[in-house]
Amino acid sequence: MKKLTELASARRTWAWPYVLFLVLFVVLPLLLIFYYAFTTPQGDFTIYNFVKFFHTSEAVNTLVYSMAIAFITTVICLLLGYPAAYIMAMAEFKTPQVMALLFILPMWINFLLRTIATVELFNMFGLPLGEGALLFGMCYDYLPFMIYPIYNTLQKMDRSLIEAAQDLGANKANVFTKVILPLSVPGIYSGIVMVFMPTVSTFAIAELLTHNKITLFGSLIQRSFGEGGIAMWNYGAALSLIMLVIIAATSFFDQERDHDTQKGGLL
Amino acid sequence: MSLLETMQNAKCKMQVESAAQQEARRRSRELAAKRVAGQAYLWLLLVVLYAPILLIFIFSFTQSKVFGNWTGFTFHLYENLFTGYDSTAQVRVDPNLYRAIFYTVLIAIGAACIATLLGTLAAIGLYNMRSRARKGITFLNSIPMINPDILTGISLFLLFVFLGISRGFVTVLIAHVVFCTPYVVLSVMPRLTQMNPNLYEAALDLGATPAQALRKVMLPELRPGMISGFILALTLSIDDFGVTFFTKGSNGLETLSTFIYADARKGGLTPELRPLFSLIFLTILVLLIIMNIRTNKQQKKLQK
Repeated sequence: MKKLTELASARRTWAWPYVLFLVLFVVLPLLLIFYYAFTTPQGDFTIYNFVKFFHTSEAVNTLVYSMAIAFITTVICLLLGYPAAYIMAMAEFKTPQVMALLFILPMWINFLLRTIATVELFNMFGLPLGEGALLFGMCYDYLPFMIYPIYNTLQKMDRSLIEAAQDLGANKANVFTKVILPLSVPGIYSGIVMVFMPTVSTFAIAELLTHNKITLFGSLIQRSFGEGGIAMWNYGAALSLIMLVIIAATSFFDQERDHDTQKGGLL
Repeated sequence: MSLLETMQNAKCKMQVESAAQQEARRRSRELAAKRVAGQAYLWLLLVVLYAPILLIFIFSFTQSKVFGNWTGFTFHLYENLFTGYDSTAQVRVDPNLYRAIFYTVLIAIGAACIATLLGTLAAIGLYNMRSRARKGITFLNSIPMINPDILTGISLFLLFVFLGISRGFVTVLIAHVVFCTPYVVLSVMPRLTQMNPNLYEAALDLGATPAQALRKVMLPELRPGMISGFILALTLSIDDFGVTFFTKGSNGLETLSTFIYADARKGGLTPELRPLFSLIFLTILVLLIIMNIRTNKQQKKLQK
């Protein structure tokens, strides 16, 4: 018995290289965002970076606008994606996995190139490149992230529950609202988070889809690190910290819901 | 019971039956209509989803420099892509494109190999840990998966700047290992929990050295998880733009993603990208079809 515990403790050490790696390349970098956000370029403590953000109405507006765009994208993806996931999970296809694969396959083409092709599509139909193009492109890029988790939870659902509800006299609408929908909630939450997080933080897609007409919060952060030079890094770090708070809040929202139900994520 | 009564009874039954039959037929027709509507919806979504890709594919067969401008069917772009020389314009195809392809593949394979090694060891270590330590590390492991590209990219950018490390190939490689490894850990973990924990000890008791027990007992059990983790890491690395963008520095290192971005910002798109991605897409499509046929065959064998 002693030998076994010794062996287990020996194998415990196998995780140490990765733990060291995580501390150095995940924890320390995140702490550095805090450090830079609260310091001047000279390294003195300051809250000026945040004061500057809240006093620049353009920056605050961009944040609000980005969150609104991400929210609308998420809602559209949910409205389009849920029926698709539902049909795929319920229909008896000969090869249901093939249908699911078809929805994931486009993700294998570089998303920037797909975005450029979307711009071309809009040009061909003579449609203007503005908010509409932005929303279309975002939904286009992230719809699979909504469909897949919902499809997964629906597919794993115990079908006998539907039959039980039917036997107990529930009509079709009741079966859906009282059985299927509540059971698919974990998948819906995963889908919402998986669409909202990348859309609220994206920076390249908006530039390409609107030819730089619309600036999102992600682009604002990117610019402070790119064109601004060293003087802007601390401000950029403060913006990143605000983004980090939004992301942490969103993921907390997911984990709260997912606590003891099976996670219906991509894995 | 008189004959008349029986006949009437039978007639009644027939009527009932035919009513039930009608009901069943109506129902099955309704179901069929529903299924068709459902299928139509899925196909409509797929058409929209594939329209831009189809556009790339179609315009890979025309020579025009401008994407969306049809100047007649030709294989010229494919020729240019493979020879590296545009015979019509008498210029070389942008050599940066080939360097970008080279670095994309190199970084993806390098990052996936390191991530698979690091992640598998970490999963074995985690499996043998006490639950509190395991929970803490699992949380750390989930951070790179939750963090959007831009935050992973910027935080690493700040680290490299802070430590005075000049950005280039190595920093991009490290950054890719950061966001790939968590997925390897998550792919290997279920294999460990499914494995009989006594197998490894049994091998040791039977006289295997720890290295032999690892290679002959543990590794074959973990291999499927490691392979799926490796493939996932490969695809994540190839598709990445955000993290690479912030960690690549300005020494001219480009991957395909950053190359396309720089190209698009300049206003034009290197036309040879169209045949390149058409070929990538077709290759993956064929691979998936083959994989699907194989799993179907295996399932049929199992059923027999």
